[in-house]
Amino acid sequence: MIFALLTFVGLSVLTPALTRVLGARVSYVVALLPAAVFVYTALQSGTVLGGGVIAETVPWIPQLGIAFSFRMDTLAWLLALVVTGVGSLVMVYCARYFSDDEPSLGRFAALLLAFAGTMFGLVTADDIYIMFMFWEITSVLSYLLIGHYTERKESRGAALQALLVTTFGGLAMLVGVVLLSVAGGSTSISHLVANPPEGAVVTVSVLLILVGAFSKSALVPFHFWLPAAMAAPTPVSAYLHAAAMVKAGIYLVARLAPGFADTPGWMPVVVIVGVATMILGAWRSLRQNDLKLLLAYGTVSQLGFLIVVVGFGSRDAALAGAALLLSHALFKATLFLVVGIIDHDEGTRDLRALTGLGRRRPVLLLTALVAVASMSGIPPLLGYVAKEGVFSAFIEAGTAGDAWGWLALAGTVIGSALTVAYSARFVWGAFARKPELEAGTAAVAAADAPPTADHGSHASRGILAAPIILSLATVALGLLATPLGHALESYADTVAGEGDYHLALWHGLEPALGLSAAAIAIGLGLFAVRRRFARLQRALPPVVDAARSYWAIVHGVDRVAARVTVFAQRGGLPQYLTTILLVFVLCLGVASAMNRTWPEQFVAWDYPAQVFVAAAMAVAAVMAARATHRLAAVLLAGATGFGLVVLFAFHGAPDLALTQALVETVTIVVFVLVLRRLPLKIAQHNKPVRRWRRALIGAAVGVTMGLVGLIALGARQAGGLGPELARLAVEEGHGKNVVNVMLVDIRAWDTMNELSVLVVVATGVASLLFVTGRNVTVPRLRDSRTRRRSSERAQLVTDPHTLDEAPDARQHTWLLGGRTLAPETRSLMIEVLVRLLFHPAILVSIYLLFAGHNLPGGGFAGGLLAGLALIARYLAGGRYELGETLPIGPGILLGGGLLVATGTALGSLFFGGDILTSAYFEGDLPLVGHVSFGTSTIFDIGVYLVVIGVVLDVLRSLGGEVDRQEAEAADGDGEGASGSDDGSRGDESTDTGAGADAATAASGTGAEGVRA
Amino acid sequence: MSASLTLVVLMAIMYGAGVYVMLEKSLTRILIGFVLVGNATNLLIFMMSGRAGDAPIIDGGATGETTVDPVPQVLMLTAIVINFGVTAFILALIYRSWWLANLGDEGDDVTIDDEDAIDAEEAEVYHASLDEDDEAVRAQLAAAGDDSDDDGGDRR
Repeated sequence: MIFALLTFVGLSVLTPALTRVLGARVSYVVALLPAAVFVYTALQSGTVLGGGVIAETVPWIPQLGIAFSFRMDTLAWLLALVVTGVGSLVMVYCARYFSDDEPSLGRFAALLLAFAGTMFGLVTADDIYIMFMFWEITSVLSYLLIGHYTERKESRGAALQALLVTTFGGLAMLVGVVLLSVAGGSTSISHLVANPPEGAVVTVSVLLILVGAFSKSALVPFHFWLPAAMAAPTPVSAYLHAAAMVKAGIYLVARLAPGFADTPGWMPVVVIVGVATMILGAWRSLRQNDLKLLLAYGTVSQLGFLIVVVGFGSRDAALAGAALLLSHALFKATLFLVVGIIDHDEGTRDLRALTGLGRRRPVLLLTALVAVASMSGIPPLLGYVAKEGVFSAFIEAGTAGDAWGWLALAGTVIGSALTVAYSARFVWGAFARKPELEAGTAAVAAADAPPTADHGSHASRGILAAPIILSLATVALGLLATPLGHALESYADTVAGEGDYHLALWHGLEPALGLSAAAIAIGLGLFAVRRRFARLQRALPPVVDAARSYWAIVHGVDRVAARVTVFAQRGGLPQYLTTILLVFVLCLGVASAMNRTWPEQFVAWDYPAQVFVAAAMAVAAVMAARATHRLAAVLLAGATGFGLVVLFAFHGAPDLALTQALVETVTIVVFVLVLRRLPLKIAQHNKPVRRWRRALIGAAVGVTMGLVGLIALGARQAGGLGPELARLAVEEGHGKNVVNVMLVDIRAWDTMNELSVLVVVATGVASLLFVTGRNVTVPRLRDSRTRRRSSERAQLVTDPHTLDEAPDARQHTWLLGGRTLAPETRSLMIEVLVRLLFHPAILVSIYLLFAGHNLPGGGFAGGLLAGLALIARYLAGGRYELGETLPIGPGILLGGGLLVATGTALGSLFFGGDILTSAYFEGDLPLVGHVSFGTSTIFDIGVYLVVIGVVLDVLRSLGGEVDRQEAEAADGDGEGASGSDDGSRGDESTDTGAGADAATAASGTGAEGVRA
Repeated sequence: MSASLTLVVLMAIMYGAGVYVMLEKSLTRILIGFVLVGNATNLLIFMMSGRAGDAPIIDGGATGETTVDPVPQVLMLTAIVINFGVTAFILALIYRSWWLANLGDEGDDVTIDDEDAIDAEEAEVYHASLDEDDEAVRAQLAAAGDDSDDDGGDRR
């Protein structure tokens, strides 16, 4: 069974591709699979009908006891035969129903095939959660299949309606399934049914599952989705909405009835809902003029009938129910397929427009007649056999003193009479000659033509195969009622209670026979007086209009959603933040008010200097918040960061102090790089009123966070992990700096993830600046026009400024890139200093990297220092200098660093360790002394490279690329207007007009202006 | 565990100032707020290592009573660097939005559609297409339904 399901998945995936090759004929191919499964299932008959089961199990979530367990007993066998048999016939039908140019045919065929597989899984699943999974998949597939004509509004609406209703039921059912499996202590349906748990929880869970089953099987009050779903192509209606999906609810009730029919509430719910649905469906069916809708309401009615019977919970009813289920699948699928042929060939399925079809299409008429007769319960067909069994079972229960038996009997007899009436109306409407329609119409000629010359083309003859086979099965199984009954008894016998009924064509003159005859007579009578009856129906107000309630509910939910959305999201970041912060303050405020663990003791300060530093930081923070000058605000915010450096340093956190100092410096530089392009003053758009509100929220958040901090300090009772971590650091990590050892060894897994965050952030920055794609080429000096054009170089040499400072710029220069800068923005002092300090800085950064294991430092600090050295080169020499300094892209550094770090992490796997297990090599080297080198140091090198990559990427984006765009903009102003060749190559241009000078002067940073 | 009130008060002030600027319209201010709140958060974590003490660097093979707890420091070290990364990212966003607008201050603003705020009725229009689908279903069922005689006579 599991193999069959996997095959379904595989073939469904391939179907769209096959359709491209085969066109509509693909249906023949895919029909082979359900046919094969049908044969497989039929081959199991011997085992299953002998009372055995075929079970397969693959564990899935053993902790929850959930397994892919499948189990084929008689009921599953019956349903499996129906869904695969009807499925493959419907697919054969599809091959003729659709033409090759049908849009989305591949999708349709794939979905239909997947649906057949899902139904097979649903009926054979033994694990209740797996069953539920298939249950929900059928809802989704049904949604997609009903919505096949995506361009039609009614198609989309009906699909959504079916999905909402069935998934609503599915949700209720999920709750029921969980309650039931927990109460019963098992997820196996067979186990639960064999050992049904009891109690209030079980009652609730069973009723919830019934809600799911009712919604799936379109019972009152969920019935309305089924007629709407007739917007689907007819094969879908025939398969999903007659034979398969709507049967899932019936199947589930039939499955649970043996164990749970005596649950309180089961009987009233099942009988009342079933009878109401049967009568309502038949009543509505009588009022339809569309043949397909007539059948749809008829299906609703029949589903109500089935629920009453299979849910009744007596042995005889179960037997009759199984037979009824089979007969309904056969005749209703036939009828839908017939309607599809009529629609296909006649172009209408309105019974007010069809006339004389019976004379022209005798085979079609005969096929439909067999199905309709079975539906009406006329002997010797399967429908008759089943209905006899139903009536007998109810009479048996009624005489045994069960009042529900009488109610069910009365309801189903009335329903059967109405069924006969709409069946007769179907045949009359589809096939009869209607003189008032034929009089004087051109259609007369066609109608009178001999049957051999009818316009049933070759295609429409082939299309008849599926309905004819189904009708033949109806006849054959009716005649074989007795052996069929014996086969189904192995399911019926699982229901507790007496009963020795056997299915047969002739039981003698029994009350049931009389009731059947009465139902047929009344039904035909109703049909005879159909006009008067229709008038009566119109006179009565509609009792149930669930569709209207559904629309009201859906519309109401939409309105509420719209209002809530508009209320909560007014379209501005400050409002969102306000909402978030207020919720935050309220939640944490309430939690703080209930707190009982305040710190035992407070101290005003740890050391006196702390107060001074803190006061300075507080002033800086408040001033940063009030500053209107962009750079002032940035510098003040930076001051709080440098304040932290001092606090860290005094507090026993040298690593933090070092890192914070470096980061703060880089941050301020990057800030300035960007802000030089923005206006100096921050525009003040806020209304003055808002200021108090903001201040209030800020104060509230500040106070709340202060309380949270105090509480957190008070809550901490146990001592730190310090001593243990120190031991680990020395013994396992071979390092004395606990913080660094934790970063690269004990907690390296986190560090690795944080590295990937950094890589993502750097890539984000670059992609925001290099919008058209990251420049793979590093800007090099040779790209600069200064270098390329000899005339420019000559000019440079003769430039008076350059002459003064560096007589031979080509030969002796401190920074190569410096030549690309405008003379007035160059500073020889800076160039010299940078040149002299760069290499020592890199050396120190490498020292920090390797010393970090035992002393303050490490990959982060080292990388940041190296980054700062690069920043210095850039500031002094411009973007070409940056390219000359490090002629590789930041992507290589980022990727390489990440590769080194993850490679180290994975490397330990090859030596039999867990991920990130460190190894150490120790030895005595001459001169250096005792050396311990670990893989964690290699990991730290990865950190080092990533951090340099991040700084470089930010520098290239916010520094170099901003320069280039600025130059380009200036070029556009200066030269673009003249339309010169230079202007169009602006990205390389370092020539600037007067505009660039102005921009450079206004930028105020003075180091990166570009001009030759 | 004892607490240093100075640090708690400083943290509260930095949070308050940060949130105050974060609620403004200007992206630059929001970023300033982000930096302040980020520093305040680092301080909050840092406070959890307790009173000031010796650095967690082992000298002579053991740690003393006064050595501070290294765990908050480890948590913060990467936080500091990531803070920088996110700051750079917001800066790139600011620059990008300014570049796109290229209109001075306006490019630096986040949008607040106070005046153009969509009201509930307009929002419902978004759902109207669903309603149309439903209407179509209703109309179709109604059209195919009853209210006319079987013989096709239309008495409506």
